[in-house]
Amino acid sequence: MPDGDYQNPEIARGYADSLQKRLAAHPTSITLMEVCGTHTMSIYQHGIRDLLPPNLRLVSGPGCPVCVTPVSTLDRAIALAQQKDILIATFGDMVRVPGSASSLLREQALGAHIQIVYSPLDALALARRNPQKHIVFLGIGFETTAPTVAATLVKAQDEGMDNFSVLCAHKTMPAAMAALTADANLTVDGYLCPAHVSAIIGADAYRFLAEERRIPCVITGFEPLDILQGIDMALAQILEERPRVDIQYQRFVTPAGNRLAQALLAKVFEPCDAEWRGLGTIVGSGLRLREEFASFDAEKIWPVAIPLSKESPACRCGDILKGLIQPGDCPLFARTCTPENPVGACMVSNEGTCAAAYRFGI
Amino acid sequence: MHNDIILLGHGSGGKLSHQLLDDLIIPTLSGTALKDQNDAAVLAIPPGEGRLAFTTDSYVVDPLFFSGGNIGDLAINGTVNDLAMSGARPLAISVGLILEEGLPIADLKLILQSMRKAAKAADVAIVTGDTKVVPRGKADRIFINTAGIGIVEHGITLGGSQARAGDKVLINGTIGDHGMAILSRRENLEIEADICSDSAPLHDLVADILAAGGHSVHVLRDPTRGGVATTLKEIALQSQVEIILEEKHLPCRREVHGICRLLGLDPLYVANEGKLLCVVAENKAADVLHAMKKHPLGHQACFIGEIQGSNFGRVTLRTAIGGLRSVDMLTGEQLPRIC
Ligand code: SF4
Ligand code: SF4
Repeated sequence: MPDGDYQNPEIARGYADSLQKRLAAHPTSITLMEVCGTHTMSIYQHGIRDLLPPNLRLVSGPGCPVCVTPVSTLDRAIALAQQKDILIATFGDMVRVPGSASSLLREQALGAHIQIVYSPLDALALARRNPQKHIVFLGIGFETTAPTVAATLVKAQDEGMDNFSVLCAHKTMPAAMAALTADANLTVDGYLCPAHVSAIIGADAYRFLAEERRIPCVITGFEPLDILQGIDMALAQILEERPRVDIQYQRFVTPAGNRLAQALLAKVFEPCDAEWRGLGTIVGSGLRLREEFASFDAEKIWPVAIPLSKESPACRCGDILKGLIQPGDCPLFARTCTPENPVGACMVSNEGTCAAAYRFGI
Repeated sequence: MHNDIILLGHGSGGKLSHQLLDDLIIPTLSGTALKDQNDAAVLAIPPGEGRLAFTTDSYVVDPLFFSGGNIGDLAINGTVNDLAMSGARPLAISVGLILEEGLPIADLKLILQSMRKAAKAADVAIVTGDTKVVPRGKADRIFINTAGIGIVEHGITLGGSQARAGDKVLINGTIGDHGMAILSRRENLEIEADICSDSAPLHDLVADILAAGGHSVHVLRDPTRGGVATTLKEIALQSQVEIILEEKHLPCRREVHGICRLLGLDPLYVANEGKLLCVVAENKAADVLHAMKKHPLGHQACFIGEIQGSNFGRVTLRTAIGGLRSVDMLTGEQLPRIC
């Protein structure tokens, strides 16, 4: 099953040995944060931790869109799902994430119309096929997903659709990473930056992190060898004390990114402050629909009352998302909180840190 | 006049019901089905042959038709395989059809024809059945329930709890084909790849495996829903052993692997319908592998792992790059990642 090109065991061993050697003499431990949930998955899935020197720590960041969607967004989605004319279209994992008192999955069992889709265009197609229903698409995700949502909205506008809207909870990555570096408790020495997001926004989007915040950044692909090489490159920056933005994932990422997608994002969305689960509100880290698209804004056209949101008090997802603790440090991990019965979002998503640790941890 | 779709009346037990049975179901399944419409089939059991195996399963699949098969042959093969995995030679199958009002008769006909073909291929008789029609919206076009009876020869004891330290784990071919064939046909997933379901009856292959391995064959399991990972985890728990899997040995088609990767799915958890996992004592492993490779459904058979007696109930994967990670059961459905 291995993909020969990016999973060559000899090359992997080579990286592992070089990392071991370079860190053998290093007096302190070094912490790298992989910001993207797909990295987290890949690191666990390929057993990469197993190959690293003991004083090199990998912690997971706020890079899974499901994990960072706040309870309030879910509560609003649930309140919308309870309206009888509305059908909620959403990516899979979102249905299992607990809101304050329910989840979409539970609402579905109680009769709400909820449909899992694989792309926002599918949701638009649903709207065309069901003119008597209003389709609300849950717009979550970072700069990778947001352009396809933007394209869908442009299309919906062109077609004059009036039974389609988006509950917009999109977020942007660099603003969140900047907020993390401002946290005094943060112990991260370098970032492995998300691959797909970076293909859109380009490497230059992280330059301020390296130049102003002095945090080394490496944009890294998802294959095991990509990740090992990315770690190696980050280590080089840290040991030389010369922070910059390196691109390991040159197959897809350029300094400027994908201008077309960026233009599309700018046409449909504008920046706003956004609430992140576990991290609180981060200035300028969200995307909301521009005035021109107000008629597709579910929040505006379906004003619903939502109860005051509450998260489980014992859940430590916030600390997980900041890389302050590892899953095993949460008292609920694998006890009250399991993938079948998640307490926090990090245990729900396929890309969630706790879910990955639960599934793949040795 | 409405003879092209299923009507509620087809399930009334009256005239339409009889027409459906007489005009379509019995003639199509004939040669496999007993003609006398009694409430139960009476089967002769060959004297002194062994013990009976009995299984039942229900089939609900969307889409009904996919590349490599449809719900009809899936139902027959699935039941044959459930019997085969307990070491039984399939003898007879029952078929319960739950039809939704509005189902095109033409679709039903295609499904019945595939059932007939599959039953013939597996050399098993469809001996009794039942048909119900439910109002539109109360079922998803067609559900099929089957039960199967088979004969287990004296002395064969297979089961999830029989795995022993030192045993080898074999599989008869590539993983994930069925699940990906289904997924790639789901309406909205525009995947252009030629992936075929591996749906097939495995009783014949099982006969060869048992002939080659005899009592050294400890466990046979078909890794259907939940995939190879979930099935192995079940075996590890039942036998209280550890299974060490070698990722580099796991056979998986390039296309299946590619799409899984694209969607963020793990082929280890994707369903199979024509695969079996065989846990066999080390001394007979080579013989069994040889026998499997000679069979048309096993020419890609290979060794994928071994049993250890240390970490009870665990499945551990040695990844292609040489790391270790644990393998758990599937929770919920596997869903494509968001980006
Ligand atoms: S949304 Fe993109 S960047 Fe974020 S976790 Fe998923 S793959 Fe990584
Ligand atoms: S184990 Fe559960 S409750 Fe604890 S941090 Fe992880 S997801 Fe949150």
